[in-house]
Amino acid sequence: MDFPLFLQYLFAGITYGIIYAIVAIGFNIIYNTTGIINFAQGEFLMLGGMISISLLHFMPLPLAIAAAVIITMLVGALIEILFIRWIDNPSVLRMIIITIGISILVREAALHIWGESVRALPYFIGSAVTSVSILGTKISPQVLIVIGVCSIVVVFLSFFFKFTSIGREMRACAANRKAATLCGINVKNMVTFSFMLSAGIGALAGAVMSPITYTQYDNGTGLAIKGFTVAILGGLGNSPGAVAAGLILGIIEAFSISFLPLAFKDAVAIAILLIILFIRPHGLFGSREAASLKEF
Amino acid sequence: MESLKRYLPVAGLLVIVICVQQLTSATDTAYYLTQLTMASYYSLLIIGLCVLMGYAGQISLGHAGFFAIGGYLSAALTSNDFSAYQETAVMQVMDKAGLLMQRQSLYGESLLNVQPWAACIIAVAVAVIIAFVLGIPVLKLKGHYLAMATLGFGIIIFRIVLAAEFFGEADGISEVPPFQLFPGIAVNGDFADRVQNYYIAWGLLLFGLVLLLNLIHSRVGRALRSIHGSEEAAEAIGVNTARYKLYTFVISAAFAAVAGSFLTHYNGGIGPSEASVMKSVRYVAIVAVGGMANLWGALIMGILLNFMSLRGMFGTYDDAVFGVILILFMLFAPQGILSMNIKGIIARLRSGK
Repeated sequence: MDFPLFLQYLFAGITYGIIYAIVAIGFNIIYNTTGIINFAQGEFLMLGGMISISLLHFMPLPLAIAAAVIITMLVGALIEILFIRWIDNPSVLRMIIITIGISILVREAALHIWGESVRALPYFIGSAVTSVSILGTKISPQVLIVIGVCSIVVVFLSFFFKFTSIGREMRACAANRKAATLCGINVKNMVTFSFMLSAGIGALAGAVMSPITYTQYDNGTGLAIKGFTVAILGGLGNSPGAVAAGLILGIIEAFSISFLPLAFKDAVAIAILLIILFIRPHGLFGSREAASLKEF
Repeated sequence: MESLKRYLPVAGLLVIVICVQQLTSATDTAYYLTQLTMASYYSLLIIGLCVLMGYAGQISLGHAGFFAIGGYLSAALTSNDFSAYQETAVMQVMDKAGLLMQRQSLYGESLLNVQPWAACIIAVAVAVIIAFVLGIPVLKLKGHYLAMATLGFGIIIFRIVLAAEFFGEADGISEVPPFQLFPGIAVNGDFADRVQNYYIAWGLLLFGLVLLLNLIHSRVGRALRSIHGSEEAAEAIGVNTARYKLYTFVISAAFAAVAGSFLTHYNGGIGPSEASVMKSVRYVAIVAVGGMANLWGALIMGILLNFMSLRGMFGTYDDAVFGVILILFMLFAPQGILSMNIKGIIARLRSGK
């Protein structure tokens, strides 16, 4: 493999990797405030892509994406209020089944609204053949946009959780719900907000990746599995870990194409998931002691 | 007395099964038997999954994978032509053992296949071995991790059948020959053999049901319930939780593989949708609606919902219906349909609260 080709694979890996990281962070945000893995996380990306494609007929691209993000956030809030908020002390099995049910509903609704056709947003700059030269290899500017936007989201989130009061309140809920309630934090609202936040970043990622990866009603499941793999690899609840793990998985996947048939790309990721679950369920960067205290 | 109580409902079900068949032939609606036959094969998988989920308390989102292993291996071994490998040692041994058969394809070419009964045994054995090997590490996991690991297994199987030429890629495998159980009795989709196949399917389902009823009323069943109640407590009083969970996983995988193998011979083919995640979710939904730890609930809902779905009653909303059912039951009746407190609900409505 010569150097330009190597770079091509590397950029493809980083692009997918950072998208997986965004999905994983979405999982983490909700997991941290509720202890639930939201199996419908992938559907938020699909919604973000689909809604912005539909809105593009009526408004310019940046507005369409912004509106799509807001609508998806509202969908996220609606899901939480309708299905999650009023259940007291649900068992893990029950929450798994409910969120799987939600993902089916969202997907089927998308199927009936948008049909089975594969859609895509136009390239943000230039067209499918526009490219910029980096170190002797040609890269589509859209790839750089995806990497850029997702990196900004990651940085924004870490500032948000550190320095804003609402971010701190969400972290308090994650640390100890009872103590947070006693401090006057409205835990239920924080949970709704965590669903909105993770729906919002999912929708944004779904929109910017749409020109490269295309959007179809059933995109979500695959993304959710990859995102979950990354979330586990990085240690459940650990967002910087998720970014590192996302890049690792994306790059492994990208290079696996060079020696395995394309059809087995997903199988590679899932095989990694199974291996990790068997040997290091607390993740590459997590600690075993901390993991054993958590409820799965 | 105890065992009478256990088998009386089974005998009742047998009477109902016979009555339904008589009724359909009397009213000239024998076409219902086709869907009832298919529904009973699916229900065989569902009662196996019910024991795993309800009694051992372990979720599996990959049971369509085991169904597909059973169905696809049966189909591939009995339909793909192996005459190119006739000279290899493995084929020679199988030929000597009488496991191979010669037949003609639709276009008159001669095919060398594995006998259906041998293929069925191989398929189920492979499913059991995979369940065993997979189960040892997977069943150490809990909750979300277990759900994702089994889901991952299901997706890998789906990808393999979709990508492998041996399994017919996206088209699946068709022209699967009949499965001769006894001389004159075969699992196939011929209209003439519809009644016979209806009884084969229901016989198999009732046999499976009796096996599982005995299992859950035995020492194993009590051990399983103690695991479901509290794994730590069960461990503390000396129950080998890992072994019992593994047994149940393997048994439920075997049920799924048998169902897959028989249904494939009945339909004369199998496609990749049988291995899809949505199918696994559907099976979990039916077990949940039936009430998790309720074999009869799972059986009844398995027949009812599969029958309605196969008759096309849900139209294009087929998957959506299962999603809605799943959510509604988990929200309002997590103990299943048979445990719904109807009187309580009515009383509450009357009192205006």
